Order: sequence, then structure tokens, then C-alpha cells
Amino acid sequence: MPKVTYELPDGASHALDVPSGQSVMDGSVRNNLPGIVAECGGSCSCATCHVFVEEGASCFDEPTDEERDLLEYAEGVRPNSRLSCQLILTEDCQGVRVTVPDTNG
Amino acid sequence: MTRVLVVGAGHAGATLAGLLRQAGHRGPVELFGDEVDLPYHRPPLSKKFAEGDLEQWLRPAEFYREQDITVRLGEHVVGIDRDGRRVRTGSGDFHSYDHLVLATGAEPRALPVPGAELSGVVSLRTLSDARILRKCVEERRALVIVGGGYIGLEVAAVARSCGVAVTVVEREERVLGRVASARLSEILAAHHREQGTHILNGAEVTRIDGADGRVRAVVLEDGTQIPCEAVLIGVGAVPRDRLAVDAGLVCAQGIVVDEHARTSDPRILAIGDVTRRPLGTGALVRLESIPSATEQAKQAVATITGAAPVAAEVPWFWSDQFDLKLKIAGLVPPTPHTVVRGDPAAGRFALFHHHGGTITAVESANSPAEFMAGKKFIASRTRIDPARLADSSVPLRDAVVH
Repeated sequence: MPKVTYELPDGASHALDVPSGQSVMDGSVRNNLPGIVAECGGSCSCATCHVFVEEGASCFDEPTDEERDLLEYAEGVRPNSRLSCQLILTEDCQGVRVTVPDTNG
Repeated sequence: MTRVLVVGAGHAGATLAGLLRQAGHRGPVELFGDEVDLPYHRPPLSKKFAEGDLEQWLRPAEFYREQDITVRLGEHVVGIDRDGRRVRTGSGDFHSYDHLVLATGAEPRALPVPGAELSGVVSLRTLSDARILRKCVEERRALVIVGGGYIGLEVAAVARSCGVAVTVVEREERVLGRVASARLSEILAAHHREQGTHILNGAEVTRIDGADGRVRAVVLEDGTQIPCEAVLIGVGAVPRDRLAVDAGLVCAQGIVVDEHARTSDPRILAIGDVTRRPLGTGALVRLESIPSATEQAKQAVATITGAAPVAAEVPWFWSDQFDLKLKIAGLVPPTPHTVVRGDPAAGRFALFHHHGGTITAVESANSPAEFMAGKKFIASRTRIDPARLADSSVPLRDAVVH
């Protein structure tokens, strides 16, 4: 099963198994990690699930124009910013590591 | 250990329960819900009711066990004993609390006309309502929607896309009269009409006719009969504040709370659609939206755990109608000065409303960057140059007046 490491704003680190087909957002919400608010439930509408992908970016699809536009004006955006609801895991995803910013509202 | 009882298992209540654990609250958390289903996402009820993925749980069932949150579904809280710090349920049981959170939401406003009780007349607030509506659409029953608000128009869009004949009956001279700018109303009404939705403005329903207990026509004040086999009543929602009113809490068509989610009783908090809350504008407002419920859940958690108060957020919500993904931030003033950016005819635009150059609200369609920028402009009271903002070839950042 794909494994995702979440680095949280308070310095804590959680390595979790997240089933294929689920998103990086799902894994966080499911385990009640702080920082990913995910108000819109994963429909790419709100940008409250912003993360920085530190490792394993290549196993995800490129961002859509909509995701790019949402991210352009998100708080504290960096070149490796993504919306975690759009990061769908597959069996190929093994060393994914993301940092959760403390600016997700 | 501090015991928190939450009445209402909608978005507000369920979010609060999870956030309490995130914040390190270790005491008992009990979540009471009238419905028998686990807490679920409500946006799909009007946006995706015709599809297979209607039931979207906010959290899986194991979540509540793992987080040690006691979920009491189908259990009605019928009274609050403030002196004894306990609630009473319909079965006569008492449950004590140190903090009580009321997250009872809102319910559809009834349409007081003859025939509203006929089979085929529905409202939309719960999963079971949405299942009934889905059946109507699957059976291609001609649908009349009473009320041209966001929910009514979302349902109209889905039903039209499924090939259903749809008529929207709106009492005001325009759809979305209370919640959108006149310009957005006009654009959306035109878009709906292009897709074949029949919209009647300035029209009042006087009765609903039926035969054998089933709806057959909606009858308007001027005598017009609109034959149909299903009716959705979408004339707004009223706060479910009965418990609070009976308990003597300060209410004004909604439970009055402060910016820390506190009611007039320091042991009782209230969050979500049931509340009337301050927004820094002087007036108390009742916002029906998920971002507002989430924000208040955070406020309540800070109050209960003694953490620092949370920063105020800009109100916003979203709506999907046909191919238009709408995102709206701020409160649209009654007579706005508006800058149009983009092309409404092409289905990609943002209406920036401003007061003397300071952005107060943005209504956007298929323009996420404009929405995100607008939301930031509102929060930071940014001044813009209207002419530059109207020119899509000028980057948004360069429309800011420094």
C-alpha cells in the first residue's frame, strides 16, 4: 500500500498507509491530522488542502489549470505547492513526503 | 475531564468533534444527530444528486472509534437543563456536559399553500430528501422549483442536464435576489434559459393541485397552471433554534453568538447555520455555508480548550451550475460598484464589487485565480484601479494601488 509521510507545522511527522485511489488529502482527513482543512471535500474548489510536495512528486499527474490558478494566489505558495485533494495515490507511490503549511485557514 | 456534548451531526458538529481531538482535548466528546446516517457532505445533495456518489461521508465510521468520539445517531435532544448542565433526549435519558455545543443547523422553510403536503412535493436538506429528488429525475418527471436561490438553481441545472423539463418560479423580479448582485443574477438567468430552464419572475404560487394524492400542477396567483409531476420547494431555510429558545438563550431568528462561538450562557456554544454571528460590520449575520461552519468550529475549539482566538476569515461559498463553477467571497452590497473582468458570454468571468476602489466582494465563474486574489483583496482591504482590473491582459497583481 502507498505510504505518505506528512510533516506537520508543529514539527511532528506521521508516516501513514493511504490506499491506492485515495488522495493525500484523504489520508490526512481520515487520520485527523491538523493543517489540511479540506472544506470543499476534495472538489478542487477551496485551496484549504495546500501542501508542499518534498519527495515523490513524479508519481502524480501534472496540476490542471484550475489547480494552478487556485494555487497562484494561495498563502505562502512555493514551486512545489500542490492541492493535496488532487494528489491521487497509486501503487507506484512509495516515498511520498509532503509538508503541511500552517496557512490553510 | 471536560465533557463536551455536541447537538447536531452536520458539517459544523462533526468538524468540531474532529478538531477538538486535533487540539489535544482528551475528555469525552459525544455527538448527537437526529438522522440515522453518519455525518455527510451536503453539497452533493443539490449538485450531484442525479449521480451515484450521493452518499459522501465526512469521515469513515472507524474515524469516530479511533478518535474516541461517541456518535449517537437517531437520538433527539429535546431539552437543555442549564442549571444541571445536562441535556434530555427523546427517550428520557439525561447526558451531562461541561461544554454544550449547539450545531442544529437549519431546516427548509415551508411554503404555506394548499397542496404542499401532496406526494411529489419535496424540500432538500437531507440525504433522504436527495434520494427522493433523484428518483424524480430518474423518472423524468416534469419538475417545478419554487424559489430561485442557489440550491433551487443547482437542482434546476442538474435536472435540465438529465433532460427533465424544469420551471423555476421566483417571487422576486430576479433570481438570487437576496444573495447575488443584479449582474450575476442576470448572467445566470440567461445561462439557465439557454439550457432550457423556464424561469418565471415576479410569480407567486397560490396552491398546488393534485389527483389521487399526487401533485399534478402548480397554480400561480394570476391563474397560470404549470403541469408537473414533482415540485421542489426551495424558498430558504430557517434556523433550528428551538432548543436554545426553550432554554432561554438569546436568539434572534438564530442563536446569537459572539466571535468566539459563545452564546449568552458561558457553558453553551453554538456554530453553523443555526447561529447569527458578528462579521465585523456591526450587524449580526446568519451565514449558511460550510466555510462559515468550519470557521465557527475552530472558534468553539479555541474557546473550549483555552487556545488563542482564531483570526477572522472572509466569508465565501461555492455553487456549480451547468458548466459554471461559481465561487463567491465577501458580502455583496445592495448597490455595488462593479468591475467586470473576463467575458460573461464565454462563461469565464469575475465581478469585483468595490467601495471607493476597495474590494468588498467578488463573484466569479470558472476563474479560480480571480476568486483567490479577490478573497485576499477583501481580507487586506486592498485598493484597486478599476480600469486596470477590468483589463484581463493586466495581471491581477498589477491592478493593486500601492
